[in-house]
Amino acid sequence: MNRKPFPWHIVVFLAPAVLIYTAFMIYPLVDSLWLSLNNKASSGAQVFVGLQNYGTLFSAETWSKPFWNALWNNIKFFLIHMLVQNPVGLLLAALLVTRIRGTALYRTLIFTPTILSVVIIGFIWKLILNPVWGVLNPIGINQPFLGLESTALPTLALISVWQNVGIPMMLFLAALIRIPEELMEAARVDGASAWTVFWRIQLPLIFPTVGIVAVLTFVGNFNAFDLIYATQGALAGPNFASDILGTFFFRTFFGYQLQPGDPYMGATVAGVMLLIILVGVLIYLLGWQRRLQNIQF
Amino acid sequence: MKRWVFLMTAIAAAASLGLAQKTKLTIESWRNDDLKIWQNTILPAFMKKYPNIEVVFAPTAPTEYNAVLEAKLKAGTAGDLITCRPFDQSLELFKSKYLDDLTGLKGMDNYSEVAKAAWSTDDGKTTFCVPMASVIHGFLYNKAIFKELGLSEPKTEAEFLAVLEKIKANGKYIPLVMGTKDQWEAATMGYQNIGPTLWNGEVGRKGLISGKEAYNKGGFLRAFEALAKWRPFLGNGYQAQAYPDSQNLFAAGRGAIYPAGSWDIATFRQMNPKLELGAFKPYTFPSLGITQCVIDDHPDIAIGLNAASKNKEAARTFLSWVASDEFAQLYANALPGFFPLANVSYKVDDPVAQQFLSWRKECKTTFRSSYQILSRNANPNNENDLWNASAQVLNGTMTPQQAADFVQSRLASWYAPQKGNK
Repeated sequence: MNRKPFPWHIVVFLAPAVLIYTAFMIYPLVDSLWLSLNNKASSGAQVFVGLQNYGTLFSAETWSKPFWNALWNNIKFFLIHMLVQNPVGLLLAALLVTRIRGTALYRTLIFTPTILSVVIIGFIWKLILNPVWGVLNPIGINQPFLGLESTALPTLALISVWQNVGIPMMLFLAALIRIPEELMEAARVDGASAWTVFWRIQLPLIFPTVGIVAVLTFVGNFNAFDLIYATQGALAGPNFASDILGTFFFRTFFGYQLQPGDPYMGATVAGVMLLIILVGVLIYLLGWQRRLQNIQF
Repeated sequence: MKRWVFLMTAIAAAASLGLAQKTKLTIESWRNDDLKIWQNTILPAFMKKYPNIEVVFAPTAPTEYNAVLEAKLKAGTAGDLITCRPFDQSLELFKSKYLDDLTGLKGMDNYSEVAKAAWSTDDGKTTFCVPMASVIHGFLYNKAIFKELGLSEPKTEAEFLAVLEKIKANGKYIPLVMGTKDQWEAATMGYQNIGPTLWNGEVGRKGLISGKEAYNKGGFLRAFEALAKWRPFLGNGYQAQAYPDSQNLFAAGRGAIYPAGSWDIATFRQMNPKLELGAFKPYTFPSLGITQCVIDDHPDIAIGLNAASKNKEAARTFLSWVASDEFAQLYANALPGFFPLANVSYKVDDPVAQQFLSWRKECKTTFRSSYQILSRNANPNNENDLWNASAQVLNGTMTPQQAADFVQSRLASWYAPQKGNK
């Protein structure tokens, strides 16, 4: 018998990624999940309570009401991104790929907000929308958009769309450029209009990118926190109308003003957020990516 | 060359000998804004009087202070003197035996019970920090606008509303400069500003803690009703008006009356030195038979003794000095708007600050109803609920009764003495 030597080189090549990923991602994740299964005893010591924290989060009214409110707001926040950010990103990419004059300039301008700090974005938009001295006042737009329960969340979502629309645009643009010119030429020779070329050739060929953009938007939105915190504060006012899972988690874990932080319930909220994101990504992987592969092969 | 070395060594030795005789104290603080004031004004005055004690002011950034301090206390590297946040944060430190009991400190009898409450155990028997300063709530107004419209300082609710009505009718200025976007102003400068007069200050506040009073009854409900009357007089788009917006509006002379905390005085002096600032105290309600004014004299900062300090003798000397009139005089003038809490005589140069201070003699004093004990629970949290409810009352999305019931039912959901008062 000629046994092969143990393939040490595989271990060596995997080690850096595995070690770093374990230390900085997997361990904190598991530790946070473990924290969510514990709580503080009256003596102050940590005790294992199983799934009790999750039960509290879903059944006790003081926890479940803000939680469902935050989740529902988060879904609205996500839907606005899906319905506005990604179609607009696709539209911009489709326009830019036609190589009209000044493409590079537009591409750069539209992408610029993406690389700015969210704190700056929040500050700028707070000034623009300010009913007291906002720049839109002279043209009659002086509603307190960020101060009304009905408009605060959509306004914030649109600010976020404005900031991030450059990312789907770039991804779509890269995908559109990769489509061989011959396909489009052949279609045009056959008498297809630009509209037909887009719907029948370009869009089907960039479906993998559509999926990636959707899942990136999903993960990004259900992890969102910074813009709301920067513009509305941790209480995500008015009356929690702009509270999403990220801000709800922040208040719970770290506390706010006189509210003491509760690391155990905070970790529980984080656990639920992880679950939501996991389910979303799984749906994408199983439902979308697999089907795409079937089409491609 | 050799002579030089000898000389230098001799000087160094002499210097270190001189230092060795001095006891060195370090103050932990979050007030890094005040570094200059401590280094140039307050500490030199103390060290002049007690040449054997050297005091160093070592502040940390305000947002990091709590965490840094706790880490230092655990590691045993914290300074001798600890600047104390009010209420539970310092109480926790005392319970964890990081702070010494200062009940018997010389100078402690210079403080009233209200002044000490923020740094005492729940039963009020043990005090562990020497109160340094409080902030007082009231109203600031633009004297030029009042003169132009022929108005005088209102003393009662009816007069207050009449003044606002006149400013509104004139149409040139925003009658009441306050927004609800940041929420806390509605509770702090609104509810907790005019409320104490209605709930009879300490009687009402202690009644809440013992369960005799409730947020949806008596003075606490009336305070929401009184607050709701402000709504027609707030500026256009006040729902999205943040605290800095309000400050800018008032400083720019576009608004007449500004519900204030005393710390705003210094801000306005700096933002617009030409602004003619006036002040009046929270109004009374003769129509309800309430003519005794009560002000919110909110404890903000104190100083305690690290239980692990090696220089307790010197530290106690310093703490007694903090309780003296000399310290009060220095501190009050270095930081107008922060008022020393000791019952000693001191004079503030800023006339508006002086006016705020004079209310302590004319009115009874108390502090914010939610700060002691009642905001200990993470969820629901009484202070956060008051912010939300007060902002909603001003936004018109809750009636005063709804707001009061909301705050009360959530307090009663966890706080045992309130359990019966739904």
